[in-house]
Amino acid sequence: MELIATAFAMAYQFGDAFAFLVISCAGLAIIFGMMGIINLAHGEFIMCGAYVTASTARMGFPLPVAILCGALVAGIVGMIVERTVVRHLYHRPLDSIIATWGISLIATQGVLIVLGSTMQGIGTPLGSIEVGERSYSAYRLVLMGAAVALLSGLYLLFYHTRFGVIARATIQRPQMAQALGVDTRRIYGLTFGLGAALAGLAGGLYAPTMTMVPTMGATFIVESFVTVVVGGADIFVGAAPAAAILAVIRAALTAWYGQLFGQIGLLLAVIIVIRVMPGGLSAWIKRTRQ
Amino acid sequence: MKMISRNGIAAAALSAAGALTAAGPLTAQEAIKIGVLEDQSGDFAAATNVKVHAIELAAEEINAAGGIDGRPVELVVYDTQSDNRRYQEFMRRVLQQDQVDVVFAGFSSASREAYRPIVNQFDGLAFYNNQYEGGVCDANMIVTGAVPEQQFSTLIPWMMETYGDNVYTIAADYNFGQISAEWVRQIVDENGGTMVGEEFIPLGVSQFSQTIQNIQESEADFVVTLLVGAAQASYYEQAASANVDLPMASSVNVGQGYEHKRFTPPSLSQMHVTTNYIEEIDTPESQAFVEKFRAMFPDEPYINQEAANSYIAMNLYKQLVERAGTTEHDALREVIAEGDVCFDGPSGNVCLDPQSQHMSHTIFLAKVEEDHSISFPEVWENIEPYWLGDAGCDLTQNDPSAQYTPSNPPPAD
Repeated sequence: MELIATAFAMAYQFGDAFAFLVISCAGLAIIFGMMGIINLAHGEFIMCGAYVTASTARMGFPLPVAILCGALVAGIVGMIVERTVVRHLYHRPLDSIIATWGISLIATQGVLIVLGSTMQGIGTPLGSIEVGERSYSAYRLVLMGAAVALLSGLYLLFYHTRFGVIARATIQRPQMAQALGVDTRRIYGLTFGLGAALAGLAGGLYAPTMTMVPTMGATFIVESFVTVVVGGADIFVGAAPAAAILAVIRAALTAWYGQLFGQIGLLLAVIIVIRVMPGGLSAWIKRTRQ
Repeated sequence: MKMISRNGIAAAALSAAGALTAAGPLTAQEAIKIGVLEDQSGDFAAATNVKVHAIELAAEEINAAGGIDGRPVELVVYDTQSDNRRYQEFMRRVLQQDQVDVVFAGFSSASREAYRPIVNQFDGLAFYNNQYEGGVCDANMIVTGAVPEQQFSTLIPWMMETYGDNVYTIAADYNFGQISAEWVRQIVDENGGTMVGEEFIPLGVSQFSQTIQNIQESEADFVVTLLVGAAQASYYEQAASANVDLPMASSVNVGQGYEHKRFTPPSLSQMHVTTNYIEEIDTPESQAFVEKFRAMFPDEPYINQEAANSYIAMNLYKQLVERAGTTEHDALREVIAEGDVCFDGPSGNVCLDPQSQHMSHTIFLAKVEEDHSISFPEVWENIEPYWLGDAGCDLTQNDPSAQYTPSNPPPAD
């Protein structure tokens, strides 16, 4: 029994780290990994999702609805940002860094001025479960489920729907797609919006477990960039195994040496991966397959 | 991935625009300029915006009552954005360019240690109005915040007596957390307890599953939480949802970041904090302070101990200048050396200790209840900041401008 409890503890820690990495990197994997846009306002989409989720939940809506609202609003904001700013900078990556950084500053400072330095949280639902002598937050198990559902949902969307085929075609060969009658600007807008919505979803899912402050998006950014960089351009081939490997590294190091070494391990992993496989895991996996 | 400090120039411009707000009606005589460097944005803003407001309140009161020694008070306010480099930049600016007479600066200990060499370099005078890990023996600094011998020597023995001898500490991984944890370790040891765990958390970390599991696996009777910043505050919610259910003790929570107001009950219940002021304190002085504070700032989310300390510091400075008849630092320090610089403020009577230039405090043990209301199971009257003086720091004799810790005390001579 003690063995099972210990195994569960380890699995839980792995799952927890995995869920955090997958959920926080999904939006970035699409915007940065697939579309190649460096979006420094990504954390602010996450913050937007979290704030909208918290406000809707406080208005009395059930939490799942509130989280979907958060994702939806972040997605709409993302499409607006794409149409007004990012669209004009697709061929000027450096300028898009500056522009999205500016948006990020405006968003954090704007929220600080309008809504104040902090917002009341909504509390974590579902209570705790007991396994052996330890107790665990049940909501975190939901987050693990959400991470898996998110990956499968995205896989279905991109590989088994018409939108997915068109989106992948547009991003890989925009001229060809255009020649075949695809409205590529619309597809770019929708895909960027989807990335922003996933960022908002991350914010919404983690909103009940975190402090609500204008800078909260920043705590997701390191992890999500690391996962996407390690994963490489293809989120399904790359990001999921990247998240799994990084979760093992992080959970193990944190368990043995504490949080600091968990972070160091994460960053060392990314340095090694960039050096050994510049295209990330997905390029490496694809190459070995051929 | 904050690539460069994010809110650089724009916020600086904003705060500079608001810099001259508190100039009073008296303009005949040259104003006394007070620099205010506090974090109005970034990770610490939730706890520190209120300090600026407290200083503005004090400035308005002082100006309405005729200023300091007949001279109006003028505030020069900059937003330091929770960024140590901004502190250095703005400290140079207020001392060199704005030529202020005194500076009120700093929340995190990292920021204080970042700006302190600059205050020394230009021989300025700075008030640090924050509770901290103690030990700064520097004639250019006056500290109104509480220190470990006031917060931990009271809190830790009380907790051990009430809940048990096994202590687990989680602390922010920088000078404040490291040195505070050292104090906790020493006091636990002196009282015959056992440290069953100690973990340092990098600033900005927001996910605590593994830490929570480590605590559950230990035999801890209570947890000392020395967590700093908005990201780390996520611990409480996560610990509550994992049903850790252990009493907590802290020198920083509630009294600074009003977590009991921000989080959903009961995530902070059983938290015990030693603080020299929070707005729930039920004395007539405290109530009067809260009343006039809310009259000027109706939307203030919480009036914390740093707000009271900043307000007290303004009044102490007024007294120092009026008794010295000048803003010259040496003359001010001669007044401090007389040993009777006291102020009857929101937290009761407080006095400056000439040896360390730290302040005595009445320490309230605030306990967070299940519904996040506050009770005060214990009050320690008039606790002196004795450690530095006992250890050999005497600013009336010499000025080492150093920070000492229990493991690194002043050199015996």
